[in-house]
Amino acid sequence: MNQKQKSQETTECRIAVDDVSHKFSERKVLGHVTFRVSLGEIFGLLGPSGAGKTTLIKILTGQLHRDDGYAEILGTDTNRLGSAQYQKIGVMMDNFGLYERLSVWQNLSFYAEICRAPKERIPDILRDIGLYDARKRPVSKLSKGMRSRLSLGRALLNDAEVLFLDEPTSGLDPVTAGEIHRVLLEQRERGTTIFLTTHNMFEAERLCGRVALLNQGSIIELGTPGEICRKYNHLNQLKITLKNGDIVVLENGSRAAGPLFKYLEENKVAAIHSTEPTLESVFVDLTGKELN
Amino acid sequence: MRNAAAVWKKQMRDTLKNKTVLMQFVLFPIIAFIMNQAVQIEGMPENFFVNLFAAMYIGMAPLTSMAAVISEEKESNTLRVLRMSNVKAWEYLTGVGSYIWLMCMAGAAAFCAIGSYQSQEAAAFLMIMAAGILASLLIGAAIGVASRTQMMATSMMVPVMMIFSFLPMLSIFNSTIAKIAKYAYSEQVSILLRQVGHMEIQAENVWLIAGNMLLALGIFGLAYRKCGLE
Repeated sequence: MNQKQKSQETTECRIAVDDVSHKFSERKVLGHVTFRVSLGEIFGLLGPSGAGKTTLIKILTGQLHRDDGYAEILGTDTNRLGSAQYQKIGVMMDNFGLYERLSVWQNLSFYAEICRAPKERIPDILRDIGLYDARKRPVSKLSKGMRSRLSLGRALLNDAEVLFLDEPTSGLDPVTAGEIHRVLLEQRERGTTIFLTTHNMFEAERLCGRVALLNQGSIIELGTPGEICRKYNHLNQLKITLKNGDIVVLENGSRAAGPLFKYLEENKVAAIHSTEPTLESVFVDLTGKELN
Repeated sequence: MRNAAAVWKKQMRDTLKNKTVLMQFVLFPIIAFIMNQAVQIEGMPENFFVNLFAAMYIGMAPLTSMAAVISEEKESNTLRVLRMSNVKAWEYLTGVGSYIWLMCMAGAAAFCAIGSYQSQEAAAFLMIMAAGILASLLIGAAIGVASRTQMMATSMMVPVMMIFSFLPMLSIFNSTIAKIAKYAYSEQVSILLRQVGHMEIQAENVWLIAGNMLLALGIFGLAYRKCGLE
């Protein structure tokens, strides 16, 4: 157990959001949003563009004061975050906010100074995010994927207890996205709480312990990806693809055992799938909208 | 102050790679040097070009640099990241402002050397320049804070910069312009620089520069309240 974990109880709530609402002029952006995120959890907020994900991150990181309700991070009201709290959180926004003319190393070195983080951590972080060999390159010469990784590296500098990631892999190729996923899973193993927004359901299913589906500023479903998918598995069927290409659909229950066993005995089965929906199809069913 | 020092160092590294801003600091001293060496007209006041370009430099370099740096940071979102890293607005502005002030003072020292000012004259020259640079920095900061993008900042800073930098020159040739120009700090700086050899600072000069600074501070305050640093 590392130092961070020792100092807290494992069940401790790191982010608490109670009935938070927010408006821009007369337009409601968030309405009665409530959830909790525990220590060491990766919590995903899924929703299409304009659902209110970035607004919620801004409220949670103290960039925006909520209109109504209550939200806290590490036990502190998000409207009153100060230096003590900011030293314990890391933020990666969708627009990276990097100094274009400075090198990768100079960017991290500057933020290390600002965050009071030891500069000795920089080489390890650069190796973690795969940018050590590019450390002398100016940010203006980096690809979007490299900038994204550097932005993540900056968020990791202060060994944060809570990480906020706004669309961390948006627009990235699968390989770069996979590298970012690996770093995030390592962080979770170290006890870091991660709050991420995404419209990528594969990312949510792979990384998140729990997800909230956000639509037009309201949470329409909350739970583990598995729970949500099972809850909306209305068809409850098994789809059996036979070696001759035929597809047989059976009701998922004891009555399916006989025919299924027969196909297996005759060695005719090429693949068996349940009709359990994906997060994306659940979202589409609930809202009539695509996630991205 | 630690954050302000970190911002100062970052700004130094960044400016050394930013040719547009770097050019602002060296252009006028170089022109003044060339003109001072190349043009000798009988009856021309001593250090005419040095004083003229020094006053123009004050209306241009600090104002445009400050506005450009702040607006660029706002546009690229680095300022938001800094604020979330708990860098206070005053720490950021102190870091950037003190760096630009110092760079401009290096330029002022170059003017001083070109004009061969020595001891008390040099001290007076640098003090006048320091006050002018400060007033210009405040106006630049107000423009930078009021702009969301560099494009917006440019569209605001160009006319303001042209007014303040060209007034000292135009007022030499036109008495009507001189009557209006005397209310601008750059013109007052120009007047004071011309008097460096035989110090005749009047209360009016000081009050006008101080008034300009207060006005710039007020505009900066309004821009900050309306737009903030993000």
